[in-house]
Amino acid sequence: MASIQTGVAAVSATDIIENARRLRRETAADVHEVLVEAIYADAARIADRAVARPGRPARPTLDRTLDRILTSRVWGFPIMLLLFALMFWLTIIGSNVPSGMIADQLVGRLWPVLRELATSLGLPWWLKGLLVDGVYLSTAWVISVMLPPMAIFFPLFTLLEDFGYLPRVAFNLDRAFKQVGAHGKQSMSLMMGFGCNAAGVVATRIIDSPRERLLAILTNNFSLCNGRWPTQILIATIFIGSLVPAQWAGLVSAGAVTAVALLGIGFTLAVSWALSRTVLRGEVSAFSLELPPYRPPRFWQTLYTSLIDRTIFVLWRAIVFAVPAGAVIWLSANLNVGGVSLAQYLMHYADPVGVLLGLNGVILLAYIIAIPANEIVIPTVLMLTVLVTGSQGIGEGAGVMFELDSLDATRSLLEAGGWTLLTAVNLMLFSLLHNPCSTTIYTIYKETGSAKWTAVATLLPLALGFAVTFAVATVWRWAS
Amino acid sequence: MSEVPNTAIAPPTEACAKCEVYRAANLKKLGVNPGQWDHIVALAGNPNTGKSTVFNALTGLRQHTGNWPGKTVTRAEGGFAYADRRYKIVDLPGTYSLLSTSLDEEVARDFILFGQPDVTVVVVDASRLERNLNLALQVLEITDRAVLCLNLMDEARRHGLTVDDRQLARDLGIPVVPTSARSGEGLPALLQAIADVATGRVVCRPHRLEQEPPAVRAALNELVAQIRRMHPDLPNARWVAMRLLGGDENLAAALQRGELGGQRAQAAVAS
Repeated sequence: MASIQTGVAAVSATDIIENARRLRRETAADVHEVLVEAIYADAARIADRAVARPGRPARPTLDRTLDRILTSRVWGFPIMLLLFALMFWLTIIGSNVPSGMIADQLVGRLWPVLRELATSLGLPWWLKGLLVDGVYLSTAWVISVMLPPMAIFFPLFTLLEDFGYLPRVAFNLDRAFKQVGAHGKQSMSLMMGFGCNAAGVVATRIIDSPRERLLAILTNNFSLCNGRWPTQILIATIFIGSLVPAQWAGLVSAGAVTAVALLGIGFTLAVSWALSRTVLRGEVSAFSLELPPYRPPRFWQTLYTSLIDRTIFVLWRAIVFAVPAGAVIWLSANLNVGGVSLAQYLMHYADPVGVLLGLNGVILLAYIIAIPANEIVIPTVLMLTVLVTGSQGIGEGAGVMFELDSLDATRSLLEAGGWTLLTAVNLMLFSLLHNPCSTTIYTIYKETGSAKWTAVATLLPLALGFAVTFAVATVWRWAS
Repeated sequence: MSEVPNTAIAPPTEACAKCEVYRAANLKKLGVNPGQWDHIVALAGNPNTGKSTVFNALTGLRQHTGNWPGKTVTRAEGGFAYADRRYKIVDLPGTYSLLSTSLDEEVARDFILFGQPDVTVVVVDASRLERNLNLALQVLEITDRAVLCLNLMDEARRHGLTVDDRQLARDLGIPVVPTSARSGEGLPALLQAIADVATGRVVCRPHRLEQEPPAVRAALNELVAQIRRMHPDLPNARWVAMRLLGGDENLAAALQRGELGGQRAQAAVAS
């Protein structure tokens, strides 16, 4: 090596780069173009030699016919709405009975056994309360409320994804995104956000312009994620579905959830529009979106992977966060500050704000406790409501959850906590419009590398949530 | 190198070594943690050609696959052992080319260029061969140890296409394996091809772009000579020169940082 280097003057990277720049200026042809052309020509030649097409004329394939319908200007959106509504409807009517059965087993049977066990082990009252009434009950609750809808919804969604439908949705939305000054690929990260916002934020990497990527990141939270679907479905079932006769209840609740999801898409477009006309001004870049062929989904494998990847994953996350949350709630209900429990003390301050927004202190407090995971909002709301109402018939002592064997029981509990239709509607809105979960916030920080944009992504949806719920509550009260 | 316990059973008879069942039985899926490995395999290809399906089939992982271009935006890693050797396999984001500038394409290009995998498997969609070959040819400009996985053969058949894999192998100068990864068809042969290239049993003579256009030849030659002087071991000096002349600032920056060295860039592998 040494002998070579003595013979020839050493070359540094800077020399090479300088030289390349000079040569580039001197060369008439655009080397990049030349390279791309050469590659395309060779690829065409080689492919031509290897691929044989039989002589029969190409007849319109099933794929093309399906595409013509699914991405048509007239039918594209209505079919999309119908498919999503159908998914929610199947989820809602399918999960009612198993939810009740699981609650019956975990809370109705196992819980008393655990309490007795704790007593017979001679655990002190506070440890027994913390473990059995706090941690165990919150976990049991999460499983019975969330497992059945997720076990139905996620496989349905995955089947649709494997079939190849989601890129068609992206295709349908592309024009709308272009009109608001955003990148058409944002529709892809939006669809990913329907699974998980953190995943959606990572998925924005497919967008190469930094401006448009930032738009996609800032608005991803308007896609309802896994952790929020159960809240939407449950509240819609209890409060919206019950407004109409029983045979229509499932359809109407499914319609309500679809409406909230659509509202989310509306907010994505509106906020992208506003940002791209103010702080994030710039050109819209062109891109090509490849519509993959439709592939018949392999039913059992899809069922298996969606149960493992999504259902169990989300459930596990919910349980992991529900355990400490259950403990915190139980503690806050049993630690007294000047004669009142800590939870009541906090809610006393949160309540006026909550009521102004058409919500209540319980919900606001629940959203603070649930920052790590949206999944536990509803269990937390219910535990706190028991605490506030002191529903002795249902719960047993402060901070203890109750037997939730039917939706009616949930309903009567929430109504005892002062809930009205307005509370339900505004909770659905607030669930759509609030800060992202802590995982997503962290992901946004990692992807943007900017504390400023992370703060915007966190606070913008929250501010919108306050504004929208306040407006709805004000109009509602004025009208009624 | 490191030993793989209880996998490689010596073939009972000569015929067994050629039998697909025996070969498949020789595969040991190592999941997400390959431990020590002997060879690194990169999985590249256009979006939605089934890279993740191939990845899952080889590693036994169940990374979510979706009918969805752009599903993998970061690298996924896993491992498998086959016939006495351990392999680490890296599933790269799907890209149409290695020439543009979005983050996912950079991840793929940097790994093939700086990670210097022992084998790069280019997964292509047999029913869209021409468009897919654009990427394959770019990969062959960078590395000379590659295998073409001609995937989605079932779909090509459904569309009435026949693909002559032998002709393709002759033209590209690398092993070509027809597969339908979803149903597992052709995977034993793919494993064998990967092993052949990794161990050097099969030496590739990859297709390179035939002639530089006269307008750039002089400039190209000058730059290649200069790069060779700095990095005598670099297998793809001509491609680096092409990209520098094409104004690829990313590559220039990497060169400046010294990431183009002849030795395997550990940083690119580890990060």
